[in-house]
Amino acid sequence: MAMTMAEKILAKASGNKESEAGEIIMANIDVAMTHDLTGPLSVESFEKIGLKEVWDPEKIVIVFDHQVPADSIDAAKNHMIMRKFVKEQGIHNFYDVREGVCHQVLPEKGHVVPGEVVVGTDSHTCTHGALGAFATGIGSTDMAMVFATGKLWFKVPETIKFEITGKLQENVFAKDVVLDIIGKIGADGATYKACEFGGETTRNMTISDRMVLCNMAIEMGGKSGLVEPDQKTINYLKGRSTKPYEIMKTDSDALSLETMYVDVNELEPQIACPHNVDNVKPVSEVEGTHIDQVFLGSCTNGRLSDLRTAAKIMKGKEVSKNIRMLVIPASREVYSKAMDEGLLRTFVDSGALVCNPCCGPCLGGHIGLVGPGEVSLSTSNRNFKGRQGSPDAEVYLSSAAVAAASAITGKITDPR
Amino acid sequence: MKGKVWKFGDDVDTDIIIPGRYLVLRDEKELAACVMEGCDPDFSKKVKKGDILVAGKNFGCGSSREHAPIAIKAAGISAVVAESFARIFYRNSINIGLPLIESKEISGHISEGDIVDINIDEGILKDLNTSEEFEIKPLPDFMLGIMEEGGLINFLKNHLDEIKDE
Repeated sequence: MAMTMAEKILAKASGNKESEAGEIIMANIDVAMTHDLTGPLSVESFEKIGLKEVWDPEKIVIVFDHQVPADSIDAAKNHMIMRKFVKEQGIHNFYDVREGVCHQVLPEKGHVVPGEVVVGTDSHTCTHGALGAFATGIGSTDMAMVFATGKLWFKVPETIKFEITGKLQENVFAKDVVLDIIGKIGADGATYKACEFGGETTRNMTISDRMVLCNMAIEMGGKSGLVEPDQKTINYLKGRSTKPYEIMKTDSDALSLETMYVDVNELEPQIACPHNVDNVKPVSEVEGTHIDQVFLGSCTNGRLSDLRTAAKIMKGKEVSKNIRMLVIPASREVYSKAMDEGLLRTFVDSGALVCNPCCGPCLGGHIGLVGPGEVSLSTSNRNFKGRQGSPDAEVYLSSAAVAAASAITGKITDPR
Repeated sequence: MKGKVWKFGDDVDTDIIIPGRYLVLRDEKELAACVMEGCDPDFSKKVKKGDILVAGKNFGCGSSREHAPIAIKAAGISAVVAESFARIFYRNSINIGLPLIESKEISGHISEGDIVDINIDEGILKDLNTSEEFEIKPLPDFMLGIMEEGGLINFLKNHLDEIKDE
């Protein structure tokens, strides 16, 4: 039977030769990730089941990233719950406050390889599909089931494949491509579907860029984001992972496959305007909009390539006196390389604040919150009301290039 | 299930249901005190036990935070009715035993303050103020099983060995 990548991965994970969209299957989980914010509820739910030991401590990865370092006693208590769980269960894949955002740390440390089923108690777990895994966000009770049994049930999703073609103009990036797609199909346009990104433009993209596409799949309701693994994927995995893997690809005649064609030749930078991610406009329509804060970072655009892009635009210039800018590298590895390349020097000299790797303002409950009436321009993935602090604030989403150019002028600016 | 309606629009996201700054909380009552604060800071004071939320499409979009359905359930809300639900919120709600009722037909109907009567067995939702009836989409059998056993934790306790052997 002709199948999609998602169907093939889920068939294998459930011990079947075939699986078909709509079918409910019980899948064996390869990687189960949780963090400091949703982890404590997962542990609590696991304890309610009454089991003493998790199914396999080697397949669990725990990353502290949302409230690091702890900014309140409640956050510190949550960290304590997780450290205790890590110790009791003998979990080796534990990254305390020092390492960075889970969706950057997992690929960097080689925890994700093609063909696996990856679940995480974070909706942006779909990011890991950039390496050809079936990766999806789940809740804490679902995670308790995984901790207990190593299994989780899924309804096999249909696939919507975005065939992306054309050459991106200078200072137009993967973020602009995916915002354009979300603007077209809407915040629920891919509900319960696997979102596969293909076409020559995707093939020409780096793994970091592919992560941007997959990261935002949830913002159109997708169950997972996926990119067919290729030589770039294999190169990325070298030196990071020793796990065996299987590359699976979508058959062009798969029944549950729907294709959407996207041409990016003429695409200009895109901005998601308040308060929905699908409220997308080209930068030319919102240029000049007043901003109070710029956030460069997150599991969407806090990678080395984003920092390089921003530093190139900001070098020798000063962040507008009217605003503040936060730069938050997505991981320790990114931070360290950005230091070696002098990027952090550029940011500090320009007057930006460089913070420790973490989720930053994207959570709206740790650092860099915005007040009533203030406007944030952010390279993260969500602009919901209250997302970065006050419900009376506004959040615009953009690429790193737009964020950097806007930080200099103090208003939304086209980087081209 | 019968209750008074609180009406919301499309794309009610998890930051509206429970803003990020409250995710450090784990106590149900504390979470319930902040429910829907993103759009109405006084909502938790107004809502009464048994009330029903009625919303448009894509309810619960955004985060995987289970704090969202926990806050709704702990506030005493007996069910959420919407034209459609976002998928992680949908799973999380069923897992903790919060009934979700999906009906495309309610679009443009049902007003705030109306009393609605939901009959899951018959698949009918009735607005008692207007006497209008709407067909509701049945839960898949597998999820209905989880709901009927009181949520995923109970379901697991009852079926742990079968699941492990599967």
